[in-house]
This record gives sequence, C-alpha cells and structure tokens, in this order.
Amino acid sequence: MNWVALRMLTGDKTKYFGIVFGVAFASLLMGQQMAIFCGLMRNTTSQIRDIAGGDLWVMDDNVQFVDDVKPMSEGKLQVVRGIEGVEWAVRLYKGIGRARLSDGNFQQMILIGLDDAYLVGAPPPERMLYGKIEDLRQPDAVMIDEFGWRYLFRDEPFVPGKTLEMNDKRAVIVAMCYCRPTFQTFPILYSTYSQAVKFLPQERKTLTFILAKAKPGVEHEGLCRKIEAETRLRAKTNDQFFWMTIDYYAERTGIPINFGITVMLGFIVGCAIAGQTFYLFTIENIKQFGALKAMGVSNFRLIRMILLQALVVGLLGYGIGMGGAALFGYTFAKFVKSTPPAFYFGWQIPVITFVAVFAIVMFSALLSMRRVLFLEAGVVFR
Amino acid sequence: MIATSISPATSTSAVRLQDVTKAFGTGESKTLALNDVTMVLPYGELVLLVGPSGCGKTTLISLVAGLLDATSGTVEVLGRNLSTMSGTRKVNFRGVNIGFVFQQYNLLPALNAVENACVPLLIAGWNRSEAIDKAAALLTKVGLGNRLKSYPNQLSGGQQQRVAIARALVHEPKLLVCDEPTAALDAASGRTVMGLIRETALQNDRAVIVVTHDSRVYDFGDRIVEMSDGRIDRVVVPALGDKLSEIHS
Repeated sequence: MNWVALRMLTGDKTKYFGIVFGVAFASLLMGQQMAIFCGLMRNTTSQIRDIAGGDLWVMDDNVQFVDDVKPMSEGKLQVVRGIEGVEWAVRLYKGIGRARLSDGNFQQMILIGLDDAYLVGAPPPERMLYGKIEDLRQPDAVMIDEFGWRYLFRDEPFVPGKTLEMNDKRAVIVAMCYCRPTFQTFPILYSTYSQAVKFLPQERKTLTFILAKAKPGVEHEGLCRKIEAETRLRAKTNDQFFWMTIDYYAERTGIPINFGITVMLGFIVGCAIAGQTFYLFTIENIKQFGALKAMGVSNFRLIRMILLQALVVGLLGYGIGMGGAALFGYTFAKFVKSTPPAFYFGWQIPVITFVAVFAIVMFSALLSMRRVLFLEAGVVFR
Repeated sequence: MIATSISPATSTSAVRLQDVTKAFGTGESKTLALNDVTMVLPYGELVLLVGPSGCGKTTLISLVAGLLDATSGTVEVLGRNLSTMSGTRKVNFRGVNIGFVFQQYNLLPALNAVENACVPLLIAGWNRSEAIDKAAALLTKVGLGNRLKSYPNQLSGGQQQRVAIARALVHEPKLLVCDEPTAALDAASGRTVMGLIRETALQNDRAVIVVTHDSRVYDFGDRIVEMSDGRIDRVVVPALGDKLSEIHS
C-alpha cells in the first residue's frame, strides 16, 4: 500500500509540487537565514579566532566583547607574567585607527599591534598571501588583509609598497594575508605593537589586551580565575571570549530577534503552504480514503500511508531547500569578492532545519490524519 | 491478516438481519433509520434494495458491510455476527469477504484502470505484479482489456463502473455490496453494468446486494426488497410469479 500512497501523492503533479515547494521554501528560508545569522555572529569573533598563539586573553575588567577596547596600564603585563601557571604573556594592541588614503579620503581601519619580539597572534604562514610576517619588522610596515585590500584598491593586484597615512605617520603595506571576515567590515592592518601605537593619537594607556600562555598541564579556566583574582582584570580562554562576544551581540543588538523573526516566518509560511496544500490534498481524496477504509484498510495503515506521503515531501523539500541555501552561500562566496561573506553553514543548521521541516510535515500530516481517522467509511455511500 | 473467509457450507444464508434497529442522534433529535428490520439474503441470489430516498437502504447496506453498528438486533454476514465483532476484525473481515461498488466509482485518480482494480489484492498483501496480472485478467473479462493503462479521467462513466466492478471482485469476495451502481449511467450502460455484476459476481457461494433507484434494472434481481420509513414493505420474487409492476417506482 506504500506504492498506492506514493502514487496518490504524485498523481496530482500541481499539488505535489505545491507541497514540495512549500517545504522547500520554508527549508531554504530557515537554512539560509540561520546561516547568515551564524555567519554574522561568527564574524563578530573573527579576530578571537584569527589572533592565535595564546591560551588566554587578559583585558580590562569592563570589557564586554572583543571590539570593546579599554586600555590597561603597561604594568599589568608584568603582573600577569608573574602569576604562577603563566608560561608567557605578551602585549597586544587592538583598536580602530583612521587612515588617509592616497586620494585624500579617510578610512577607518582595525589596527592590530603584535608583540614586537615574538609577533604572537600573527596569521599562520598558510594564510600569508604576499610577503612574510617578518616583513612587519621593516620601518613603518603594515600588513593588510585580503578583503581590506579589495575594499581599498578594488581590482588592483597586490603590490608591496602602497602607502597610507595614519596619525600623520606613513604606513607602508608590505604584505597581505587572509583574515576571517569581521563584523565591522573595516580593513585590518597588522603591525608591531610599537609601530601600532605610533599610528594612534597620543594616549596615556595603549595596552588593550594581554595574550597569555598557560604552562603545560595548567587548566586554562582555573588559571583565568586565578588571574582575575590576583589582577582585578578579566581573563578568558579563547572559547570563553568567543561566547562572551557572541552573547554580547545576541543580547545587545537586534540581530537574533530580526533573524529569528525571519526564520519563524519561514517556519510559519512552510507550515501554512505545506499544511494547507497537504490538507486540501487529503480533503479532495477523502472519498478515496473512505473507499480504502471500506475495502479493509485499517486506520493504522492509513496513518502509515499519510506519514509516508508527508515524509517523502518533507525529505524532498528539505533536500531542495538545503541545497538552495548551500548554493546561495557558495555563489555568494565565489562571485561576490568585495564583501566578506557572512554565511556559516555549520552542521547544526541542517539538523535544526531538518527538525523544523519534520515538524512542518508532521503538522501537515496530523491535520490530514485527523480528518481521515475520524472519517466514517460509510461516507462512500453518500 | 486474520482469515475470516466463511464457507457457505456453515451457513444457509449470506446475510441475515434479525430485528435490526438503527438510530441516529439522541433525545428529540433521535431518528430511526431502520426500524425492526428482519431480512435474509440467500447465497446465489442478487437482491435489489429499492425505495424512496431516506427509507434506510444505505443504512442497511452500511450495516451489512460492517461500516455501521446496529443499535439493536443481530446482523449476521457470512455466518458471522458483526454485532459482536471488534473494529479491527471487522476491517479485516471486510477486506477479505466483501466487495464494494459505489455510485461515484471512487476510483483513485492517480492509478490507471488495472492499478485501481488490483487495490484489494494489495490490501490483502499480494505482490504488486501478481496483483496487476490478476486484475488485468478480470478487466479483460469485463471488456476493458484494451483500456488497462487508462486513467479514470480517460474513461467513460460505464467504463469506470466496470473498473470498479473488477476492483470489487478481484479478491473473490463472498458478498458484493453495490450502491446505486447504475445511477450515473445511461440506460444501456446501466443494463450492461448490471448484466456484468450478475454474470461475474453471482455464483452459488456468493451473494450480491444492490441498492438502486433505477427501475430499468429491476429485472436483474432475484429478489426485490422494497423499503420505506426504515421498514421493509414487501419482498418481490419474480421467480415465484410476483410482478415487477407491484413495486412502487
């Protein structure tokens, strides 16, 4: 009877494609919007993931997320270095600088100053697109990220030696690296710490973060608590800082609500289209279902038939929708070079979308089942 | 599947109704659709149930088919008391022993003629290709050998009803229940269909019960049961010399 159920489902092509389209649309909308949401949220933490090398981030106690820069006094670096369990600690500058371009325009930049001696936090070699990280030791040298270069110079191929002006100081672009897209979308400039502070207006404090490494065997979260207790600074592991930043954006911006509304709309529209079409499909076939009941098909078997129909349209719609969402992300990343893609298609998204699509088709099936189960077989005689 | 097929040897009549009453609703809205009906349908006979709309014909065949439960009285079909049978056993009983022909055919529009005709065999758990072979043979017998792959919307009313008859008989039921099988057909098609039902369905170990308003087919009945107001008014048996003209049209 499964075969009969499938033939009944696919017999009316218009309705069949209508139901599949409804589910596919819902799946596409939910998957794509969730992927953009996750992409945006991940973009807020790009620099936490890009600036690698340390185990812990130490910062002012009032810092709430990675872009919330509150400088500390230089002496704090020595205090952190002195805490038991800390293998090493280095300074890191992260802030916004303003660059004057050759055409006279101004552009805000994310400026990252790496520890002069060890360049801790620099991109790994595989992310270096032009030049070497050691080139930052040249006078006035800065390294720009790929998206930043495109943002500033469009299709111009990378040539070392381009200059910018920051705080009346010359900055020479000597290298280019790949950086994960950021939430702020500003170009990223790497330099040594001592160089970075020269690009800033005169400030009394410039130390924004301390990157620290735990000694082997020292538990990171425990060490964070210890640093916080002894320094009154805030210390976070990479993972904690990642979620702290995500939480900030989730709580303090309308992003989750707005994307949540779109995802919910996708779910509701999917329920409405698929539910209504599936229900109408059942209603139009109600006499046939009645005839099947009269001919000896049990309610249990009818439920199985309807569930099979629902599962088939659900899986098809889900596959098409997820494929569409993935294609959207792929196309976006491949063909739109000027804008960093905010599209993260983690495994959680297909799983969550699957659960939502499953709920949609089950809702649709339940509507239909209710009608069929309470159908008197005698209806066939009316 | 529970085997509930009944040998005619264990029972003298295919259908026996004893003091059957069926009421719908309660209190002031209570309506008696059948009122103390007693009736016997022997094996090997085609019985026509006739009477005006609302006289209880459909209710009666619904009870006989196990689609409704009697309010009181005994409904015995193929030697089994349906009143004491559980819902699941009744569903199985219907699937094995009863064939249905409906006024509006109720063919599945997504299936072609032969696929429609084999549905009862699929319900009984047959392999699809074997079921289709058997259904094709029966469709050929009812004159649709050249329309096996046609869909219901490609067939005339008479042809659709012939598919429905093939579907009703393909699993060789002991009892065939037909509801106004000629109502949607012209006179010639109606007579063809009734002739087909009589020829293919009626055997010594089977019985056929047909609800009809169509006086043009009264001569196909071995026994004509006339009903009004939920009661049986009279039973006309042409073989015993009763005149068909005695039945109110």
